[in-house]
Amino acid sequence: MDKVVRMSSEKGVVIFSKSSCCMSYAVQVLFQDLGVHPTIHEIDKDPDCREIEKALMRLGCSTPVPAIFVGGKLVGSTNEVMSLHLSGSLVPLVKPFQANLF
Amino acid sequence: MNTTSTHFVSSRRFEIYEPLNQIGSMWEESFKNNGGMYTPSSIIIPTNEKPESLSEDTSHGTEGTPHKFDQEASTSRHPDKIQRRLAQNREAARKSRLRKKAYVQQLETSRLKLIHLEQELDRARQQGFYVGNRVDTNALGFSDNMSSGIIAFEMEYGHWVEEQNRQISELRTVLYGQVSDMDLGLLVDNAMKHYFQLFRMKAAAAKIDVFYIMSGMWKTPAERFFMWMGGGFRPSELLKVLLPHFDPLTDQQLLDVCNLKQSCQQAEDALSKGMEKLQHTLADSVAAGKLGEGSYIPQMTSAMERLEALVSFVNQMYRILTTRQAARGLLALGEYFQRLRALSSSWATRKREPT
Repeated sequence: MDKVVRMSSEKGVVIFSKSSCCMSYAVQVLFQDLGVHPTIHEIDKDPDCREIEKALMRLGCSTPVPAIFVGGKLVGSTNEVMSLHLSGSLVPLVKPFQANLF
Repeated sequence: MNTTSTHFVSSRRFEIYEPLNQIGSMWEESFKNNGGMYTPSSIIIPTNEKPESLSEDTSHGTEGTPHKFDQEASTSRHPDKIQRRLAQNREAARKSRLRKKAYVQQLETSRLKLIHLEQELDRARQQGFYVGNRVDTNALGFSDNMSSGIIAFEMEYGHWVEEQNRQISELRTVLYGQVSDMDLGLLVDNAMKHYFQLFRMKAAAAKIDVFYIMSGMWKTPAERFFMWMGGGFRPSELLKVLLPHFDPLTDQQLLDVCNLKQSCQQAEDALSKGMEKLQHTLADSVAAGKLGEGSYIPQMTSAMERLEALVSFVNQMYRILTTRQAARGLLALGEYFQRLRALSSSWATRKREPT
């Protein structure tokens, strides 16, 4: 779906979420802890919500939200992000997008 | 000899079990069959001990009329033992019957008490009072709330703990002795598989009753106290418990462990905040009277993803440590939970101070 492709290719970390989704919130908190400011798309506020969900599932997400993209590439859902972080691979991945501390 | 045997035979005449005319042929029969003891159903008698010796005895004798001779020869050789054994069996049977009677009486009393309690609970519940979670008014059986899937899970978990204890003992024995890295590696692999099996069991049970799993109902109270969000333990806390057991650590390992600890803390922090948000959302739904399934069940099941995040932690530790360190860590972890479980039971049965 074009919209999804466009949104997910935005610079930096992109999170597809829903306003009620608590795991999306958890992922946001984690990125903020790492000094990253992700772009959040709350798809339940989007008229094309259903389409977006289907598109995300087709891309390989087991649950449509949260779906995390870094630099246009799909990383996965909460599990994948947490696992990456525990293995120490998340920080290098998002390093280019960490906010300058100056 | 003859007198003894006849005396013995005639004393059997006064046995309470059978009239003598039946005993006669049965007695001979049983000597041939099960080693010399007549076995009415209420007596348990070892059947394997005497037959060989008895038949040997009789075979040494003449080839005269077999049956009566067998009987006399065997009873004449061991009349006292047989008497004594019979008496012991009678006594044992009597005691067993008394115990059974007492037990059945106990059961009846408990059953009545239980019915009474359930009625009280029913009354209390109808009036809106808080009533304990696993109790429900379904007479004398498992409550409606506890589905068969959950009951099955609890039973499986019982077996899991037994196997866990066995593995811990094995690890302990092996670590105190000499063991090759390869053999130790096998034990470590088994222990890891065992933990993963528990993760899978919990995930499956969560699909049946997610609140049950999230609140750790199957755990002992002490374990539940330290439990973190239904996952079982907070990885960073666990690292603190386990770290001393890994000594000595190389510099690289120390660095890796520190990084892992920090990542864990950040992940835990994020997940905890997610859980808080979930609880707020749920509480709002309940307050607003919106108890429809669509509004929160998907949320709960997505929260179960945390369990899988913990699996990742275990994998990381496995990657960092040597086999021997992993073995020590697993032993320490197992013993930690054993102590928690023991604490629960000793606490529950402690002597209370008079108030």
